[in-house]
Amino acid sequence: MSMREGGLALFIALVGAPAASAPEGPRLGQPLEPAAISALDITVFPDGTGLPPGEGTAVEGKAIYDARCAACHGPNGSGGSAEELAGGRNPLTSAEPDKTIGTYWPYASTIFDFIRRSMPLDAPRSLSDDETYALTAYLLHANGIIGERDPINASTLPKIRMPNAAGFVWAYPERQPR
Amino acid sequence: MKPSFEPDTLPTETLASGPDRRRFLKAGLAVTGAALTGSVRASPAPWMTRPGAPLSNYGQPSPHERAVIRWVAANADAPGNGVSWTPLERLEGIVTPSGLHFERHHNGVPQIDPAIHRLVVHGLVGKASSFGIDDLLRYPMISRLGFIECGGNSNAGWHQEPMQVPAGNLHGLASCSEWTGVPLATVLEECGLRPNAKWLIAEGADAAAMNVSIPLEKALDDAVLALYQNGERLRPENGYPLRLILPGWEGVTHVKWLHRLQLAEQPAMARNETAKYTELLPSGQSRQFSFVMEAKSLITRPSAGQSLPGPGLHPISGLAWSGRGTIRRVEVSTDGGRTWRDAMLDSPVLPQCFTRFRLPWHWDGAPAVLKSRATDETGYIQPERQTLIAERGRHGYFHFNAIVSWAVAVDGSISHVYA
Repeated sequence: MSMREGGLALFIALVGAPAASAPEGPRLGQPLEPAAISALDITVFPDGTGLPPGEGTAVEGKAIYDARCAACHGPNGSGGSAEELAGGRNPLTSAEPDKTIGTYWPYASTIFDFIRRSMPLDAPRSLSDDETYALTAYLLHANGIIGERDPINASTLPKIRMPNAAGFVWAYPERQPR
Repeated sequence: MKPSFEPDTLPTETLASGPDRRRFLKAGLAVTGAALTGSVRASPAPWMTRPGAPLSNYGQPSPHERAVIRWVAANADAPGNGVSWTPLERLEGIVTPSGLHFERHHNGVPQIDPAIHRLVVHGLVGKASSFGIDDLLRYPMISRLGFIECGGNSNAGWHQEPMQVPAGNLHGLASCSEWTGVPLATVLEECGLRPNAKWLIAEGADAAAMNVSIPLEKALDDAVLALYQNGERLRPENGYPLRLILPGWEGVTHVKWLHRLQLAEQPAMARNETAKYTELLPSGQSRQFSFVMEAKSLITRPSAGQSLPGPGLHPISGLAWSGRGTIRRVEVSTDGGRTWRDAMLDSPVLPQCFTRFRLPWHWDGAPAVLKSRATDETGYIQPERQTLIAERGRHGYFHFNAIVSWAVAVDGSISHVYA
């Protein structure tokens, strides 16, 4: 056994899962190389982990939005057959609250993550990372959160504090971040 | 809201073709006539006088039951984004037939080749690994009966006016199956969890790449990588070839078409756990990660849209369930909540599972309001609607579990009321 393999075996033994009740498996998992993982891993976390290289601004994003998004989400994110994304005026405590990105979404990272994995509905995964950054910038700008020429990228996106960031209480209070 | 298709357009492959089919239909009409007159035929029924249909490779419901279907509601511009409801009011027992299990898709049903599909486990693990479906089929399996309920089930209950639709069209984003598969803990243990792993992010291989963040405790406790539903492999619309089952938790966490599990220190804060599936409270704050579906019950028969032919004995039957465990008690009121009686619970009564309750009821012909109220093993009692709204307001949208009331009018017609 090489040192590397021995080290790995020890590591697994030390951190072995606490699930004592789990039945033993036949251990048929095939090891995954980092390159294979990065090709699949599209999760973007609020701290910016997972954001790819690339950049875009709201000015660039507007043209993409008009071409790819407006048919469902309405002009300027005002809503259509799909939900409203911007322009909400009624506060969350009102009789008819507007739940837009600006009034409701707690993290800017979610915009990039969701567009990249799911949008547009008729052709998901068809946008480049630059286009996704530009759309993220456009939606942040449409909600009055950034300027139309502010660049959005892996460094700037995690620094944005969303208006409703403090608006959530976790049903698992012991897990609520401090 | 319209069904996506009319029952009359349902396929009729189960019927013999040509002259045989015509005879079949004609025979059906003859018997309907006999039933209408209430008489018993002196001669044998036609299906007793000649051989029946040949064997079939896969059974289908009787053509006379063709109205027992899911009710589909989808965005006309994006038909893969919508729901279909289980017709709870037309079913009995606790198991939902697989073909009637409710659906919620965010961008359609992928047709996945199980020979290509793989489950990838990575992130804060000792050994990032991938598993083929054939691999998973060799792991030790467990079976459990359990409900899945969409967090948005019954959301019209928050509306100002009670919606007049069949019970299943309002509360049928809940279904119950026997799920069989590999304990998730087995696979996670094989990959080796790092001490800082706190969350499991699960992702589907559909066009929405649906993802949710799950506290690791739940993943290790009772989560199942389901391969089978009601004894057969999962239906495509319910996650074929692999679905995550999290007993008692809201439906969106039971990720369908599962292909990726990422161990992380923090939740992803995905769109469906921030912008959706969070509940806005009157304070302007919202509940987040409200995973558990609280105790709930519903009288399915008699229920809105049905009618009683006249006074006399009418069995009351319904379903109760709790994400926190076993249903301990279901009480039924036939006088709008003034008095309650304990209903009988059919066996089996299982944790995080539909439980069938029954109570014989003699209707005297006077107006009546029927209600049911579930209590689970934790002592939690299903709330009245006004209590729930006082606590949560009207904009929570998700997790409506209040008592449902059906009003019986003197003519026997039944409507949905807030009472």
